Amino acid sequence: MKIHIKGGRLIDPKSGVDAKKDLYIAAGKIVAVGNPPNGFTANRVIDATGLVVCPGLVDLAARLREPGFEYLATLESEMEAAIAGGVTSLACPPDTDPPLDEPGLVEMLKHRAQNLNQARVYPVGALTQGLKGERLTEMAELVDAGCVAFSQADAPFADSQVFYHALQYAATFGFPVWLRPQDPALARHGVAHDGPVATRCGLQGIPVCAETVALSTMLILARETGARVHFARLSSAEGVEMVRKAKREGLPVTCDIAIHHAHLTEMDIGYFDSNCRLDPPLRSQRDRDALRAALADGTVDAACSDHTPVDEDAKQLPFAEAEPGATGLELLLPLTLKWAEESGTALSAALARITSQPARVLNVDAGHLTPGHAADICLFDAERHWRVASESLKSQGKNTPYIGLEVKGKVRYTLVDGQVVYEVK
Amino acid sequence: MWLNPSNPQLDKKGRLHHLLTLEGLPAEILWQILDTAKTFVGTKVKKVPLLRGMSVFNVFFEPSTRTRTTFEIAAKRLSADVINLNVTVSSQSKGESLLDTVDNLSAMHADMFVVRHGESGAPHFIARHVAPDIHVINAGDGRHSHPTQGLLDMFTIRHYKKDFSNLRVAIVGDVLHSRVARSQIHAFATLGCPEIRVIGPKTLLPAHVESLGVHVYHDMRQGLKDVDVVTMLRLQNERMQGALLPSAQEFYKYYGLTQDKLAAAKPDAIVLHPGPMNRGVEIDSSVADGKQSVILPQVTFGIAIRMAVMSIMAGNK
Repeated sequence: MKIHIKGGRLIDPKSGVDAKKDLYIAAGKIVAVGNPPNGFTANRVIDATGLVVCPGLVDLAARLREPGFEYLATLESEMEAAIAGGVTSLACPPDTDPPLDEPGLVEMLKHRAQNLNQARVYPVGALTQGLKGERLTEMAELVDAGCVAFSQADAPFADSQVFYHALQYAATFGFPVWLRPQDPALARHGVAHDGPVATRCGLQGIPVCAETVALSTMLILARETGARVHFARLSSAEGVEMVRKAKREGLPVTCDIAIHHAHLTEMDIGYFDSNCRLDPPLRSQRDRDALRAALADGTVDAACSDHTPVDEDAKQLPFAEAEPGATGLELLLPLTLKWAEESGTALSAALARITSQPARVLNVDAGHLTPGHAADICLFDAERHWRVASESLKSQGKNTPYIGLEVKGKVRYTLVDGQVVYEVK
Repeated sequence: MWLNPSNPQLDKKGRLHHLLTLEGLPAEILWQILDTAKTFVGTKVKKVPLLRGMSVFNVFFEPSTRTRTTFEIAAKRLSADVINLNVTVSSQSKGESLLDTVDNLSAMHADMFVVRHGESGAPHFIARHVAPDIHVINAGDGRHSHPTQGLLDMFTIRHYKKDFSNLRVAIVGDVLHSRVARSQIHAFATLGCPEIRVIGPKTLLPAHVESLGVHVYHDMRQGLKDVDVVTMLRLQNERMQGALLPSAQEFYKYYGLTQDKLAAAKPDAIVLHPGPMNRGVEIDSSVADGKQSVILPQVTFGIAIRMAVMSIMAGNK
């Protein structure tokens, strides 16, 4: 299959290209940008006039709920959501049931995903067996099975010594460790940012120090062990400032935020809207502004969807009893574009946060448009407005704080390995 | 933002449809409730027909004796049929979801739900899901709100002090876990009280409590200095020892209301307590039973306030 993508605005953040250029694909790979290779005859010409042509999106946190939570979502439904959102590579956290702590489980997941022939799935392996925080997993075996990094998800370590050893062991092989900085004791029973809204609503708060105390331990241990640490889903101004300083100091750390946190604050909880029950919690406006600025200045390497399908029954509860999380795969692009427009960030720089930069964190060959490499591509209409509605989402998770919001930026085509896997006619 | 209607308690005409919290209620509605309650106090007529033919369901997900009883008395004096449902021991233990419980009760043609629930925001959730003609009254939700208690406190204070515009008030003790404190603070602010103080150790005050418009004191004598009204909050047994407080004795020594500490307040200051009291923990018996205490009148006025709320809502058809 030879495809000619014609007349689009080609944006490749990695190479810095942002120009009207055609793209030529053959045998699953990009073969040329700009002018066709000699003797190229397309089987299919995609008219990209008025569309942006960019690398397929790379999402650092998308829960697919397999294995174990198939009633919440299946690989089929969530992969469909991914490609509808222009996401062609995604990392899934190990918080499945059982957790991704054995090579067999990882191989099975990869195999199932490959058979669907849609987005690429990069499993993040469990750092400890059963995520219990006690015994290390067979990390090297898990990497052979396809894991790209290791994480403890939101589960605590039994003690700091296990944590220390886990980082040492991962550092031995140079495996990246993804950590969600939240001190479990300081966050205990917490359901919302420990601020004016939690005070007003009488909700148990999660103080910012739950994040910064955990971060400070993690930074010290990262420095001590030399582990490559990625901080997942920062939520506070103080948190990003700590990472900024660590980066300045030369520590090999990276971090991401959930795109929700670039837009929403604790105020959006309003009268106990359980769609805004998120983990980490939505914090103050000052925190949100700091996250937005850090995403712009590069302190935050990537924005992720933090896609968490939750079933309707688990959200139809009083705020504190509702399950945290929101659907996100199909909103990552429009919400990133919204941030870009509001913050005055150039389109190419904004797309870097959801393509080349998360690919660099993942350390995989994705998120760029380079001849000779896989043709994972997203074509979207940057000017197209649409309204977020539960019924139009492909994901089995229908809950998001953005229901009813009009957003801009609609995916028209998604290609993986040079195949059109999604298109809007 | 686009997420929340601005005030889910008011109908299209701005009248009281649900009573979920005192936050955001216009002063006119608070005055209307207080004025209406006044007409029910001291009247010789035990029963009025304002809610005749209506069913009031007391739906209590958390045990309560006094609040439930006063709601029941109030509804019966208004000639309503009252059904008491103690949900903790029925459907919830069988695993029925809150939404299913609410749907089932709605199907029984209730006109009003009086709801108590352990989770903050549960009455808001219920109000969002009931049939549009059903009124929901919050009888206490988690740490969030207890609006009729806040109103009866305002009624009591108005009864003794007449005017809010020159009052200095203090709320003492476990503000962190108190729905009564949150309701009082909103009511005081709306009714024009110029100085609201909260007094307690840092472990029992919520983060950013100043954002509610209060002044924070950790020293009881300083905090009580020249106040007109003192509200003592109940300290739950389970909070008396542990990580928040070392012991009930130490709490009593620093934050229990004794005659000696009360002497810092104005000589004619009144003392409120939402009950049930822990004598010798947050309040000394000589104060609770003393001449400045208005704790028993609070209970009496509680019935009038609940009659007022129910009759106003029933009239807003």
